[in-house]
Amino acid sequence: MDTKVKEVKGKERYKAGVLKYAQMGYWNGEYEPKPTDIIALFRITPQDGVDPIEAAAAVAGESSTATWTVVWTDRLTACDSYRAKAYRVDPVPGQDNQYFVYVAYDYILFEEGSIANLTASIIGNVFGFKPLKAIRLEDMYFPPAYVKTFKGPPTGIVVERERLDKFGRPLLGATTKPKLGLSGKNYGRVVYEGLKGGLDFMKDDENINSQPFMHWRDRFLYCMEAVNRAIAETGEMKGHYLNVTAGTMEEMYRRAEFAKELGSTIIMIDLVIGYTAIQSISAWARQNDMILHLHRAGHGTYTRQKNHGVSFRVIAKWMRLAGVDHIHAGTAVGKLEGDPATVQGYYNVCREAVTEVDLPRGIFFRQDWCDIRKVMPVASGGIHAGQMHQLLDLFGDDVVLQFGGGTIGHPMGIQAGATANRVALEAMVLARNEGRNLISEGPEILRAAAKWCKPLEAALDVWGNISFNYASTDTSDFVPTSVAAQ
Amino acid sequence: MRITQGCFSFLPDLDDDQIKRQIEYCLGNDWAIGVEYTDDPHPRNTYWEMWSQPMFDLRDAAGVMMELNACRKAFPDSYIKLNAFDSTRGFETIRMSFMVQRPKVEPKFLMTRTEGNGRAVHVTLTEAR
Repeated sequence: MDTKVKEVKGKERYKAGVLKYAQMGYWNGEYEPKPTDIIALFRITPQDGVDPIEAAAAVAGESSTATWTVVWTDRLTACDSYRAKAYRVDPVPGQDNQYFVYVAYDYILFEEGSIANLTASIIGNVFGFKPLKAIRLEDMYFPPAYVKTFKGPPTGIVVERERLDKFGRPLLGATTKPKLGLSGKNYGRVVYEGLKGGLDFMKDDENINSQPFMHWRDRFLYCMEAVNRAIAETGEMKGHYLNVTAGTMEEMYRRAEFAKELGSTIIMIDLVIGYTAIQSISAWARQNDMILHLHRAGHGTYTRQKNHGVSFRVIAKWMRLAGVDHIHAGTAVGKLEGDPATVQGYYNVCREAVTEVDLPRGIFFRQDWCDIRKVMPVASGGIHAGQMHQLLDLFGDDVVLQFGGGTIGHPMGIQAGATANRVALEAMVLARNEGRNLISEGPEILRAAAKWCKPLEAALDVWGNISFNYASTDTSDFVPTSVAAQ
Repeated sequence: MRITQGCFSFLPDLDDDQIKRQIEYCLGNDWAIGVEYTDDPHPRNTYWEMWSQPMFDLRDAAGVMMELNACRKAFPDSYIKLNAFDSTRGFETIRMSFMVQRPKVEPKFLMTRTEGNGRAVHVTLTEAR
């Protein structure tokens, strides 16, 4: 690694032709990031024979002002401000030919309050850049000056709980299944049964929009009848995430307005609608006192592989800025990808006032969230009542635990499935608060509750031994004893 | 009908020992406990009556139990819940809330549906004993 390579300055710098990126000023090993700089951390795998410093400079260049050749028009600008600067390159522990590259960006590069503008630079051209075999955006730091240009979550954890009058335990949800094919009337039945049995929320799935088997208005009407009926039967607030995802923004607003008219407390969107649509509907949600649930549909295409793409912790940061109230952030123990420590890192990004450096959990930067509200993470996908102690131990209280199959597939019916989950949850919270050890005593606590709760007993009998033990692809590069980056 | 507000309503009613352990958990987190009671458990009834202000300076579970027992004595057939208030910046809200007394007969809620345009229905819940 040639860390000493210097910027070429003056007349020589602007002679027509091709210079190395490092020579063009995109590498400065002595650069101290300013308090107002935005910092991106990339994992790069250079092509054979490409010096990592030159590769790092190229990443800085291609994600800011550079093009492949020298242009004299740079001299019309305060070009040094606009050049991103790679200032640190570390080999990735335990990996051959992979490097962590730190790049600092002056805040003049970015429009206020626009994730689209931010990402057009940071993950724009650079991900297809030929001298790299692969590149992944691992983490980002945002200075307060930039954070404060975003409004963040329209509702946030605190206000969501106050609105629902639910404190001191995780919330419980379930996705209506089968996800496709139910008529509106049948669909609402599943919603009613789940809510009456003890869940706080039911949920549309990511691909439930307005298909031939169930048009959206029908779904909204039947679901809200189910929600209101369940509130009347339990005396407790309930909700159903009405998915307003549609082909155009105009149609999304139309659906959101109808959800509001029917008195829904919450609507839902999918990540695939795009960052700008998310920010638009977030502004609508803020205007209309609506909790905004985000399903991360599509993220696995770019978050899962460690060498290329964007880490989900970065997506979580962008979404907290963009302003969603719920985000699917993994289960660690369920059917979908997720190493426990890495997943906890995502949760911390969503929920903390300040996220501290935590390398075993994949957090590289201390991030002050400047009092923007907290996002409620959602654990969904292949989890069941028999894992309640693990879930509570991993994630604490501020999470929505969603048991779709684990509610609807219950041998005694949907209400029984919901009751089993609620009883398991409350028994576990009670025991934790009494100081009992969840991991060692959890199964015993569940069995004790199952003695008086038949639905829980049946759930444990069916699913008690189901686990999804596969190696995770997206794991921490640092063992838990590592020290923080300086 | 058993109203399922609060974080332990799906468990058998807590006895005083169990309540005390939950209070100790709250005090251990530096949360202040408030006793609230009502005869109107409508899910939109945000403001139950306060038995007193949240007990910011009371750090002993036995003291909270005394207040709870006094409230029980004054309102033996009302709903009573304990709320734990957290003043930490960024929370500044209730962190835990659970029922500690229910009336002998709990109400039901009747739904009144008002038909609107385009099959929209607006619902009003009314308590019925």
